Amino acid sequence: MLNITIDGRALEAREGQTVLEAAREAGIHIPTLCYLAERSAIGSCRVCVVDVEGQDAPVPACTTRVVDGMQVQTATERVLKYRRMAVDLLISNHGLDSTDYCFSCVKNGACELQAVAREVGVSHPTFPVAQMRKPVLDSNPFLRFDPNLCIACQRCVGACNNAAGNHVLQTGKRGVRTTIRAPFGPNWDATICESCGNCAQACPTGALVEKRRGLYREWDTHTVRTTCPHCGVGCQLDLVVKGDQIVDVQAADGPSNDGLLCVKGRSGSFDFVNSPDRITTPLVKNPETGEFEPADWDTALDLVARKFAELKEEHGGESIAAFACSRSTNEDIYLFQKMARCAFDSPNVDNCARV
Amino acid sequence: MTRLSIAPASADDARIGGFLDRQKRRVDAMPPGMCPLAQQLTLLEEGALQTCGKCVPCRDGLPQLAGMLRHLVDCQADAAEVERMRALAEMVRDTSDCAIGYESANALLEGLDAFAAEVESHVSKHECQRSVGQSVPCETFCPAHVNVPAYIALVAQGDYAGAVQMIRKDNPFPTACGLVCEHPCEQRCRRTLIDAPLNIRGIKEFACEHARADQVPVPKRLPATGRRVAVVGGGPSGLTCAYFAALMGHDVDVFEGRKQLGGMIRYGIPAYRFPRERLDEDIRGILAVGGITVHTESPVDAERMAQLSADYDAVYVAIGAQTGKGLRIDGTDAEGVFSAVDLLGRIGDGDYPDFTGKKVAVIGGGNVAMDCCRTAVRAGAEEVSVVYRRRISDMTALPAEIESAIAEGVEMITLQAPAAIEKDEQGRCCALLTNPQMIGPVKRGRPAPVAADKPQMRIPADIILIAVGQNIVSAPFEEFGMAAEWGEFKADEQLHAQMDAEALAARGADAFAGANVFVGGDCQTGPASAIKAIAAGKVAARNIDHMLGFNHTLDCGVTVPPAQPNDRAAYGRVEVLERPARERKNDFDAVEVPMSTEEAMQECGRCLRCDHFGAGACEGGRIQYA
Repeated sequence: MLNITIDGRALEAREGQTVLEAAREAGIHIPTLCYLAERSAIGSCRVCVVDVEGQDAPVPACTTRVVDGMQVQTATERVLKYRRMAVDLLISNHGLDSTDYCFSCVKNGACELQAVAREVGVSHPTFPVAQMRKPVLDSNPFLRFDPNLCIACQRCVGACNNAAGNHVLQTGKRGVRTTIRAPFGPNWDATICESCGNCAQACPTGALVEKRRGLYREWDTHTVRTTCPHCGVGCQLDLVVKGDQIVDVQAADGPSNDGLLCVKGRSGSFDFVNSPDRITTPLVKNPETGEFEPADWDTALDLVARKFAELKEEHGGESIAAFACSRSTNEDIYLFQKMARCAFDSPNVDNCARV
Repeated sequence: MTRLSIAPASADDARIGGFLDRQKRRVDAMPPGMCPLAQQLTLLEEGALQTCGKCVPCRDGLPQLAGMLRHLVDCQADAAEVERMRALAEMVRDTSDCAIGYESANALLEGLDAFAAEVESHVSKHECQRSVGQSVPCETFCPAHVNVPAYIALVAQGDYAGAVQMIRKDNPFPTACGLVCEHPCEQRCRRTLIDAPLNIRGIKEFACEHARADQVPVPKRLPATGRRVAVVGGGPSGLTCAYFAALMGHDVDVFEGRKQLGGMIRYGIPAYRFPRERLDEDIRGILAVGGITVHTESPVDAERMAQLSADYDAVYVAIGAQTGKGLRIDGTDAEGVFSAVDLLGRIGDGDYPDFTGKKVAVIGGGNVAMDCCRTAVRAGAEEVSVVYRRRISDMTALPAEIESAIAEGVEMITLQAPAAIEKDEQGRCCALLTNPQMIGPVKRGRPAPVAADKPQMRIPADIILIAVGQNIVSAPFEEFGMAAEWGEFKADEQLHAQMDAEALAARGADAFAGANVFVGGDCQTGPASAIKAIAAGKVAARNIDHMLGFNHTLDCGVTVPPAQPNDRAAYGRVEVLERPARERKNDFDAVEVPMSTEEAMQECGRCLRCDHFGAGACEGGRIQYA
């Protein structure tokens, strides 16, 4: 263990940890913006700068590893000033006027830049920047990129490449004109982008967003943690609920998904919930009319159990096969095969999750 | 899996390489008289354009700084904006990830301090300082402001005598400067933008080769004024003052302590670089004006100086820096240890040493050290080493001098600091002991050596020559009442000698004594170059003339040829060659082989005539005196 102090507090840190990791573990807050754990730690925004005893200049906490005896100050006059300047430079270049100063931005209230600016005490941009009206890329059915709002933190690039492993998002134009090359333009469907949306979840601003964010405001909603119903992996996700409607999905940090989701989990697994076409009760076919008619669960289950028992008695268990839906959780499938083997006496078990 | 490729990551990197040379030449040819803040802006913008785009301070901060600096350059910024610029620059310096960002901001912060007066002028007066304004580069950087484009044009026309007359308008030592000038005129030559600076010194050498200075008539002396000027010191500075004062009609007496005129260009520069007969051509040219009386072997002491100041209308003190600096190490009293200037001084009067079979070590890394080592080679030394405590690239000697010395067989033993001189029983020196150094941090713009963790070195040496700088024999003149600091006389920019009231009172002189004394050259600046000494002599003569109530103008007798259109095709620069080392190291004859006519004509043809094209045609674009 390494002995360090942060703001005078003696801490033990592990070899290889960054100052930011050590501080977070100890519950010491250092503001960050471009840092996204395990996705992107390129140290670009300089919002997390801290002073280290013996160093002439402040260092970014997110990329600086702890060394034994390190003495860190997270809130010297100098670092507070430099953080303000860094955020000032960012919001000066953030196309604020293009969203009527946040009012029309879909991330208003959920914007990390807004939150950091508020935290470090920047209420308005002081640097002059030419008004930007770059075209917004919004042909992709799920995702939209507004380069006017992009602060080039590259969190989306890290999410796409380091986490999702898709290697679709890149930085483009370089230098002072650095921007994100997002494949959401007119030929979006000719790209290898899977529209998984991990980039949008990584974006701290309203630059790269799921389009459906426009249907709600952060403060109108609450979240419900659940398991993705789309396949057996068991990704954890938070359903974003407004009133009695599910309006969005955000990846949660589950053991099997590590904060990521695929396009199906993020965009294909909730909007049916409120569909008027959805079947909400068991249906039993009326043998006389040939039409399905609503029934209660006991009736329906009794019917199914009786029919399977008859088949088993007449033809033996092996005449029955159990074929599970791919949109079932692991637990459901486990119980399903249990039923097949123990109740049906059938070894014929399968699942359609092959895609 | 991506397949590997042998193609470069960016095909344009190689092409950029070709253009970088242009960029460097653009920087090298930065015109004199630029607004320093404009230079800072180009430097800053270069940094801003080099940003990779990752970090906020560099990517977003540098363009903001450049915008603010442009505002300042445009004289639109107020003091508050300058302060905001500083605050942002400090943030960029302290929080940028890599040198592209932090060094850009660091340079800006240092620039704002270095050019504080210019910043102040832009903010409060909304204009550049008066000193800002472009002028002809060669003429501006020549301390004597010789009309370089004019004499190059005259050489191009084949009028070599005219060229010598044109040079002598500002500098009566055309031959000396043709052969040994350090040519500051070439440093920002505009031709650099196209290919390389003109070889201006080589062209001058060529002109003097074909029109000897003592054969080219000097202008007719103006009518006698009846005023008398005493010049103390017959070196380049004193003789230049004498030449111009005599041309203006004043009677001049030159007092020289040594046997012959010439000062350090006779007693400090070896004949193989500047043959004595060539020096005599310049001196005969100067004395041909008339009205100059030379008193050799006439050293001036305090009493004599007081007498001169009382008897003459004006006195110009130009005694140079004649004595060698010593080294504070043990054994310098050993037999065989000499100061460089003593050795070169004796040679100046024809007393050549014989080092046959001797091992010679020269301590120092300046031009004098090179003169000494190359002299030692010619004096028959068995082996010659230059011992220097820094690296070859840190030597103050001209690179060409170092190269020539190496070609003649001199060993450069670098990163060795003299520690002691070892003596034998008879008290003769037998070796130089040195402490190894390693090159360390840059201090005041120059990498400084620090002691290295290596064993002491023993360099066997029968002769050790110490060439670590020169001192000024200022004591008699300080006794007379002239003010000096570290032995260097104090003067204002017009070269009026500053007097020390206490010293005047001590010898009972009145407070006005010394008001007619001017001082310049090495004794006022510390050891410098011939051309700086010459420039001081000219300034002194002009200002003495003014003090005496005159405002003489001098006609050099030639007119400047009209400019021809620029030849924009790129050429290589013609270099002046030396005789092969294996030949030249055996004699004291001139080493240089002047340009051929064909070479000189090509070189002259590269001149862009900045006196005619560009700012040279504007009011204030020239530094010329009639």
